[in-house]
Formats: sequence, structure tokens, C-alpha cells
Amino acid sequence: MTNNNLFSVDQLTIKFGGLTAVDRVSFRVEPGSIFSIIGPNGAGKTTIFNCINGLYKPDAGSIIFKGEDIVGQKPHRIARKGIARTFQNIELFSRMTTMENLMLGRHIHMKTNVWTGATFFRRGSKAAQDEIKHRERVEKIIDLLDLQSARNQFVGGLPYGTQKLIELGRALALEPELLLLDEPSAGMNSEEKQDLVFWIKDIQDELGLTILLIEHDMKMVMDISDLILVINFGKPITEGKPEEVQRHPEVLKAYLGEDEVIDQSA
Amino acid sequence: MDMKRDYYEDIQLLNSKILWFWFIMLIASLATLPFLLPNYHIYMVNYMAINVIVTVGLNILVGYTGQISLGHAGFFAIGAYGTVLLMTNLHFPFLLALVCSALIAAFFGFILGLPALRLEGPYLAIATLGFGMAITQVIGRWQVFGGRMGLEAPDLSLGPFVIDTDRQLYFVIVTIAFLLILAARNMMKTRVGRAFIAIRDSDIAAETMGVNLTLYKTLAFAVSAFYAGVAGGLMAFLLGFINPSSFNFILSIYFLAFVIVGGLGSIFGSIMGAVVMTWLLLTLDKVQELPYLGAVLVSFSERWMNLAGLPNIASIIFGLIIILLVVFEPLGLYGFWIRTKIYWKTWPF
Repeated sequence: MTNNNLFSVDQLTIKFGGLTAVDRVSFRVEPGSIFSIIGPNGAGKTTIFNCINGLYKPDAGSIIFKGEDIVGQKPHRIARKGIARTFQNIELFSRMTTMENLMLGRHIHMKTNVWTGATFFRRGSKAAQDEIKHRERVEKIIDLLDLQSARNQFVGGLPYGTQKLIELGRALALEPELLLLDEPSAGMNSEEKQDLVFWIKDIQDELGLTILLIEHDMKMVMDISDLILVINFGKPITEGKPEEVQRHPEVLKAYLGEDEVIDQSA
Repeated sequence: MDMKRDYYEDIQLLNSKILWFWFIMLIASLATLPFLLPNYHIYMVNYMAINVIVTVGLNILVGYTGQISLGHAGFFAIGAYGTVLLMTNLHFPFLLALVCSALIAAFFGFILGLPALRLEGPYLAIATLGFGMAITQVIGRWQVFGGRMGLEAPDLSLGPFVIDTDRQLYFVIVTIAFLLILAARNMMKTRVGRAFIAIRDSDIAAETMGVNLTLYKTLAFAVSAFYAGVAGGLMAFLLGFINPSSFNFILSIYFLAFVIVGGLGSIFGSIMGAVVMTWLLLTLDKVQELPYLGAVLVSFSERWMNLAGLPNIASIIFGLIIILLVVFEPLGLYGFWIRTKIYWKTWPF
């Protein structure tokens, strides 16, 4: 059981004042699968991500990653354990180049400190070796995501779709075991979305990552998810395979509204 | 531009023959400069170099990490008093005393960095302002620090060399400044510097990518304070005499002005900012010696202010220049430099 259990969330609850943003949500993610969380705006999807990351501290429940409860740990600790994420509203380092953004993703794997960093003057110095080694890794990610043209540009001025990809690349640079993607396709056109689906599948196959996905594009979710969890008002509605979820009456209600409501407005 | 063959060339400081040429020219001209300049100008260049050190350090904190400090005169004072006291009381050799007192300043920087974990913007500004003023008060009242009377800098020697003129001091100060600038540049190009910049641009993303905010924010304060400490230690010997009023909070404001005038987040900008503003400050101090204008200002001052109001004119002009620069070139002198470079590259279009 434990070796098969990479990541699970149990009875996760968080309240903001009187509002219960996430209410007893539980799920388990199989290693190497793509698990999607869907639900209307404000359903608490991103809040779940923020709890996993350690940005929010949940009021109750546990989050088990590789057999350890990570609730209450600091975000940078959780990152070191192998969880990386992207953000719904891009959180790139806008006045750094693409290269530097991805290099920051290598932060936890690098060793350079203030002293070795300040005194790197030769090719053989520790900091230079560290840089060179990790640049090679980053170049691979740049190749994988076709980011060569953006390599040395400041990310702040790049197109939205490219920025989304760089965020994905930065998360990959961390070499996570669990990757959290918060609406990766938001703001992309249909061509970019197709590419993204391709890349996500590619990443999953090649790197063997487990992916937790929040997404509004239903076609994409149904295409790539192994399992889907639907939540509304912070409460889980149902969980299942894409075709099961699609037909679930509660899901239709949450997304399309109830019959009576539609009748009244018509 | 020639092709790059490996990743090292990407991060090298001097990655072409032309750059090597200019680098050697720069060192050569810095080495011959003191033999060409009159004494007062050497003093001025020393002053500039010291301010460059503080400004580069402060820029690491303000420009790169996105924090603020209105208390850097405090670290400057710790460096100055620390160096003098370690040398006179404990008979430390100069360089050891300098490094030790800079490390003490860095330790205080680390302590001051702790509230920065909870405070932002104006709140942090006030906290650091309080720190700077407290330091001046403490050294002003404590007999060990010479109280209001201040302390005299001891004789300075480096191994067999006795250093007692500004020209000799020039080599000490400029060498240290040069090394610290290179160190800052290297730091900003590698892991630690990237973490600083990441915190400035998005602390949430930095955190979720594994950057320990507590560690790196306090580290930025410590590194910045270290630079100010070294500069303070050198200043003690340039002035020959230190007292609490040399380190009042106006000095902290000046340091911040150097950073902003030079350009936030640019080491080259810091150098320009410190050099230009130091020149301006020292020149405005002697405003009455200017031909024609000086006499006009003196009579204006006698008519409308008291004669002691004359130094205020320096402050007014200084302030005005800062305002104009920030309004017309928000990127500071560095922005001006970039635009000039682009202009020459694309000339005649």
C-alpha cells in the first residue's frame, strides 16, 4: 500500500473567517498518472494547491507525500521533497531571462553559496562548475519545450503562451516527482493548447511524473486525465474516470445550473 | 560576436579579447590616476570609491532583493568604529580589523533582516530608520566609542608599507572597492544572486521553487551590511577622525539616493550613481567658491537667510537634481547609459 501511495489528501479542510473554502476533500493519486481537479470558479481548486505547497496552512486533514505528512511544513521544504507547481496567474521572475528563470528552478540542486559565488573567476572554480553542470540540464528543458528563441530574453516581455511554458519549464527544472499545474492552458489559443496537451503527455511518459492538474478546458481535461475530481463550494461532488464524470448529474448541475433556474431565466 | 563553444563562455566576465583589452586598460588607468591628480582630487576619488562600495552593497539589498534600508549609516558606523577600536585596543592588523568589523556589521544586518521577514515597504523603512538612528545614539553616549568627541584613526600600515597620505590610501581603497565590485557581480550571476532577484520579482514563486525566504532575506541584509561595514572601516582612515555626527541618518538617505540615481538593480549603475553624486556633494560644499554664482548665492543667503543657510543651498540643489533625474530617467544613470549605447549602436538611424 505505502509504496503504491505517492500522494494522498485526506479530509483536507481550510476556513477563511466564516467561509469554508475547502471542506473535507480527500483523494489519492496513483504514481505516474494525471489527476485533474475541476469545478466552477471559486470552488477551492487553487486553495487545495496552496495547501499542498504550504502557502496556506489547512485547519484540518492531512497531505501525505511519499509516506510523510507535509502539512505545516514551509513551502521551500516541500519543494525540496519534490513537489513543483505552476501558477494560475503567471508568477515568473519577470526581470530575469528565460535561462535565469529555469536556473532558479535548479536552486535546490545547486551548491554555490555567497563565498564560492563571489569568488568565481576561473573555469575550474566551484561556482563555475556548478553553473555549467546545471546549465546543461536547463538546456535540455529548453530543447524539450522549444524555448530556444526565448532563451536570453527577459520573460516579462514575452507572449503569454510562452510565459506559461517557461513556468512549466521552471517547474520541470526542479525535477519534481509531483507536478501541480494550475490552469496551464488559460489564455492560450487552440493551437498552443494542442501543443500543451502534447507536452504534458510527453513529460508524463518521458519523465514518469505524477501530475495534478487544475483546468477549465473540458476537452483537454477529458483527453488527458486518468481520474477526475469534481468539487463545488469546496466540497467534493464526485470522483471518477472522465466518461463517468461527464455523465454525473451533480456535475451537470454544478456546471450548467439547475433546471428550474434555467426555466426562470428563460 | 563569435560563437560560444561552451557554457562557461556564457557566464564569463570577460568573454572576448576586446573586453580583456578594456579591462586591462581600466586597471592601468586606475593605477596611474593618483600620479596625475592633485591631492584634493585624490581625496575626492577615495571618497567616491568608498561610496561606491556602500552603494553596490545597498543595491544588492534594495535593487536586487527588493527590500529597503534607511539605516545603512548604522552599518557604516559599525564598520568605522569597529575597525578603529579593534586596531587601537586589541592591536589587530588593519585588514583583519576591517574584515572583522565588516562581519560584525553583517551580523547586525542579519539581526535587522529578521523583522524584514514580517515587514514590507514603509514599515520596513521605518524599522531600519530606527536602527540607524539608534546606532548613532549608542555610539554618541558610550565612552568606549569616544562619546560625542569621537575617535581618532590609528596609524595605518599594511605589512611593511606605512600608509599616511591620500595617494597611498588610494591604492588600498580602490583595490578593495574593485574586488568587492567583482565579487558582487559574480554573486549576482550565480545561485545566491538569482535567489535574491527571484524574491524581488515574486517571493511566492521563489518560495515554491525551494528558496528559503528566511535565509535569503536575512542573507541579503547581511551581505549588504558587510559592504557598508568595509566602506565604513575605510572611511575612518580617509577622514582620520570619526564622531557620531559623521553617521547621521541623512547619510542613510544619501546612500539610498546614490542607489536610485545610479539605477536599481545594476552594479554599473551603482558605480555611476556613487561617483556622480559624491562629486556633486563635495563640489556643492564649496558652492561659494564658484565664479559669479557663488557671490550671488552668498548675497542671497545673507539677504534672505542667515549665513549658515548657505549649506542649505547645496542640499536644495542636490535634492532638485535627484527629483529631476528620477522624473526624467526613472532607471537612473544606468538607463541613460543604456540609451546612449543603443543610440551609438543604431546610429545614424
